[in-house]
Amino acid sequence: MFKKILIANRGEIACRVIKSAQKMGIKTVAIYSEADKHALHVAMADEAVLIGPPPANESYIVIDKVMDAIRQTGAEAVHPGYGFLSENKLFAEALAREGVAFIGPPVGAIESMGDKITSKKIAQEAGVATVPGHMGLIADAEEAVKISREIGYPVMLKASAGGGGKGMRIAWNDEEAREGFQSSKNEAASSFGDDRIFIEKFITQPRHIEIQVLADAHGNAIYLGERECSIQRRNQKVIEEAPSPFLDEKTRKKMGNQAVALAQAVGYTSAGTVEFIVDGDRNFYFLEMNTRLQVEHPVTELITGVDLVEQMIRVANGEELAIRQKDVKLNGWAVESRLYAEDPYRNFLPSIGRLSRYRPPQEVADATHVVRNDTGVFEGGEISMYYDPMIAKLCTWAPDRAAAIEEMRVALDSFEVEGIGHNLPFLSAVMDHEKFTSGNMTTAFIEEEFPDGFDGVELPEDMLRRVAASAAAMYRVAEIRRTRVSGRMDNHERKVGTDWVVSLQGQEFPVVIDADPMGATVTFKDGKSHRVSSDWVPGQSLAKLDVDGMLVVIKVGKIPGGFRMRLRGADMKVFVRTPRQAELARLMPEKMPPDTSNLLLCPMPGLIVSVAVEVGDEVQEGQALCTVEAMKMENILRAEKKTVVAKINTAAGASLAVDDVIMEFE
Amino acid sequence: MKDILQQLESRREEARLGGGERRINVQHSKGKLTARERIELLLDEDSFEEFDMFVSHRCTDFGMEKQKPAGDGVITGWGTINGRMVYVYSQDFTVFGGSLSETHAQKICKIMDMAVQNGAPVIGLNDSGGARIQEGVASLAGYAEVFQRNIMASGVVPQISVIMGPCAGGAVYSPAMTDFIFMVKDSSYMFVTGPDVVKTVTNEIVTAEELGGAITHTKKSSVADGAFDNDVEALSEVRRLVDFLPLNNRSKVPVRPFFDDPDRVDASLDTLVPENPNSPYDMKELIAKLADEGDFYEIQEEFAKNILTGFIRLEGSTVGVVANQPMVLAGCLDIDSSRKAARFVRFCDAFEIPILTLVDVPGFLPGTSQEFGGVIKHGAKLLFAYGEATVPKVTLITRKAYGGAYDVMSSKHLRGDFNYAWPTAEIAVMGAKGATEIIHRADLGDAEKIAQHTADYEDRFANPFVAAERGFIDEVIQPSRSRKRICRAFASLRNKKQQNPWKKHGNIPL
Repeated sequence: MFKKILIANRGEIACRVIKSAQKMGIKTVAIYSEADKHALHVAMADEAVLIGPPPANESYIVIDKVMDAIRQTGAEAVHPGYGFLSENKLFAEALAREGVAFIGPPVGAIESMGDKITSKKIAQEAGVATVPGHMGLIADAEEAVKISREIGYPVMLKASAGGGGKGMRIAWNDEEAREGFQSSKNEAASSFGDDRIFIEKFITQPRHIEIQVLADAHGNAIYLGERECSIQRRNQKVIEEAPSPFLDEKTRKKMGNQAVALAQAVGYTSAGTVEFIVDGDRNFYFLEMNTRLQVEHPVTELITGVDLVEQMIRVANGEELAIRQKDVKLNGWAVESRLYAEDPYRNFLPSIGRLSRYRPPQEVADATHVVRNDTGVFEGGEISMYYDPMIAKLCTWAPDRAAAIEEMRVALDSFEVEGIGHNLPFLSAVMDHEKFTSGNMTTAFIEEEFPDGFDGVELPEDMLRRVAASAAAMYRVAEIRRTRVSGRMDNHERKVGTDWVVSLQGQEFPVVIDADPMGATVTFKDGKSHRVSSDWVPGQSLAKLDVDGMLVVIKVGKIPGGFRMRLRGADMKVFVRTPRQAELARLMPEKMPPDTSNLLLCPMPGLIVSVAVEVGDEVQEGQALCTVEAMKMENILRAEKKTVVAKINTAAGASLAVDDVIMEFE
Repeated sequence: MKDILQQLESRREEARLGGGERRINVQHSKGKLTARERIELLLDEDSFEEFDMFVSHRCTDFGMEKQKPAGDGVITGWGTINGRMVYVYSQDFTVFGGSLSETHAQKICKIMDMAVQNGAPVIGLNDSGGARIQEGVASLAGYAEVFQRNIMASGVVPQISVIMGPCAGGAVYSPAMTDFIFMVKDSSYMFVTGPDVVKTVTNEIVTAEELGGAITHTKKSSVADGAFDNDVEALSEVRRLVDFLPLNNRSKVPVRPFFDDPDRVDASLDTLVPENPNSPYDMKELIAKLADEGDFYEIQEEFAKNILTGFIRLEGSTVGVVANQPMVLAGCLDIDSSRKAARFVRFCDAFEIPILTLVDVPGFLPGTSQEFGGVIKHGAKLLFAYGEATVPKVTLITRKAYGGAYDVMSSKHLRGDFNYAWPTAEIAVMGAKGATEIIHRADLGDAEKIAQHTADYEDRFANPFVAAERGFIDEVIQPSRSRKRICRAFASLRNKKQQNPWKKHGNIPL
């Protein structure tokens, strides 16, 4: 076995690889850029080599620098992780020249699968289903109909030069194919000056399902089930699971066999992934093969018990696979949520800065549940602008899908991240979405279900009541503590009452609390009551409560006169008041948030580099208004609509905070 | 007997109605609560004991003798906040617009005298149209009587003013002399002369809100210490503040049960100060991580944001915090921040509240506007306040402590009890670059030499050890262990006794 390996990557995947190497007794070498001096992967590795300035193209993906680090440390093998140099043929070749093992597939496989057209051709030859289509020129509408019939409806007619949906038509029958051909052609001609059209099968209700394969250099290849990755935002996977709720055993086997056939056709070794698009009738078509470890590999590990990184290292060391296809059993269900430093309330704008608080949920692994968090950051660390905004992969496992999802809900609620914007609330929202819980999703899920972006979640009544009961019980504890302050008048202390009104999410719940040493029974006006018990004490930012036997985890913060409570994607102001206080609070006017539609607000803390317009200028939708530099990155702010600049409140060189007004419009 | 009791009850009923149903509705329609409702929210349930419910005015001019509502436009008395005694007055806008008459003033004076005698804070809820014009000079005399008592009570019991409606003309001077002023957004304003007079005299056109609203006074004038969205929020936050304050200048700071380990180690503090000495970081994060349960009651949050002032608890017991904020103007001292912090330090000293000072200060802000504005004397206020304070003083230098600002920020030389520094501290006369350019003026043309000199200067002075060698820094501590060290420092100072020489009073550069 190798004595020392180098991990040519950073962040969570570098940490992930180091963990497996450590388990196998292999020494590890980390490489890092100047921005990653204090990164977790550097601290975890046995050795670390600085390889250059922060931008990846000056450090992590400079082959010469990585090769220097290998020579310097005497590493015998390199794990490339994902991204960076993981599918770079030149890197694999450079390693081969120096006799350093590449923990990945052979150069030939990287090359042939790296090209869309070649890979499709090889796949076809290996008997793998590909999206039917006609790439040649089509003379007229009648030929279009003929081809469409051959492919089978529905079909998509696309402009060769197309993009952005222009010159694109979907046809469900001959008539539509005929018409679609003509209109696509016209549109293509006027939009692109190129009226060539091609036709391919239109995949309805598409899902992204991929097969994990594992092969050795001795001719053995197996598949480790599939992963469903349909929950994507702009082609970026957000939530994955294994197995897929959609596949049946027959389809799984068919897909698995084809994936293995493809791997064998290209002489594949190591771990790889064959991606398929699957339609509503479980027809599947090859998309591409990823010749590396995938980000979402943990879900496969959780349901198969196979450590993929370990297998990759063993295969690279020339060992024969110890697992045969018949040994592969899919056990239970695993879900992965990708935690991104992207603010869902600001249209998923990347967020950078200091992690003033970072407390992932407790990792557990037992027979009934697993919580696993693959991460490369730590509390007090910095999220920089230079790299991928993914900061953690939170995985849960349980014997069945519903239980795994419930584990995930609680794990997300228990995950504390402060200091930067992040997508935890959005992930929670998906976990509670009916289309997701029923397993009935397609790759268009986010686009269709959140067409206007994400604006937080409104809790359903039953959950709202649990939160109200919890808040009342918690508030009572906090109020009793307040009465224990020193300097009070003996015998005239404040008595904390039992009747409260909880107001949250625009609703009021009058409740009566009956507390005892074990917890509190909170009774609502309709006579129904909730039993709340918890060891929460004031000041704790995470409240774990047992409400009628259900675990409810709430992030608790202070706001004037109440609590800020976050759970299940909701972010609420919660007030607990005596009935009299509540009566008086009702007299308070509702204050509308100021109308900001006529303002350009600074979206992030930064420096104004330049202002592109002047007072009185008429600006068009999309026109650049000014440039804000944040963490050395220039962001151009554009007009959202046609308007006139009424006032400019800042000038180049000014440093602004989030939501500072840059300019006002008429 | 029964009849007599009934008579009492009906007189009380009448008094409780103040200016009557209709005016109460008008008050509500403006989003304002009545004087009695406010007292209910401010005090513990059923703890209010009223004085002078039946007092009425003695004016006989302009037909005033025909309307003599019981209470005369102000409700006074005492009650408790979480079981601790406070005195309170609440002006009733439904009775003669809350205007101040001679008797109205007498009611306020009565509870103020009692507060000083019995050692409990005074909280004034202001909602008044101003002087009772019908009474003329008698009303003005009433104001002055209140002013005099504000002055006498200052430094004896905490005085808090909440502006919950108009407060104009002479009326502003009573709150102005109290320790804290809070305002309610959109429904309160304070000014010496209103928009009409302003227009007549100076031709300026300005709204009441712009001239003296909550935003103006918290952001621009610094007259107010905080602003709240509505009456309910304001009163609940005043309760929260009172929980931090001692009852008087002879009593100890309040202590309450706490749920935060004094020995708590916070590893993230080891990375709080960025590598680049010119990069900002948020000092509020440090305050939150030092404080019990992360609870920080900030005073003057919206004004002079380059310095932070407010209250935290350590081991359940109140501590005042003054901290430079590197996020704003690099945390420098200037006129506004010096004034803000000086007043806060003096409040803490007056009421025996220990002071924690967190230092990251690159110096005083240069410039003509600062010098013309008298930064010398304003900066001296903070220096003076720290130097005369005899309460426990613990100081932690996190990064920069340059020049005179180092001296000012509760340095060892100003009788600091514990002066700690993080290893990232740089205690020097000025930054390395500036220092080098003066010391090595001859080499200014030679960039290479200057760079070398700068590096040398940094090596020599950009650390806490030069100061530690002289004992100006008592100990260089690990950031992650700051809470424990600071808690222990204050614990060791619980019996601190220090006295200034006898004097009538010092002459702080006002």
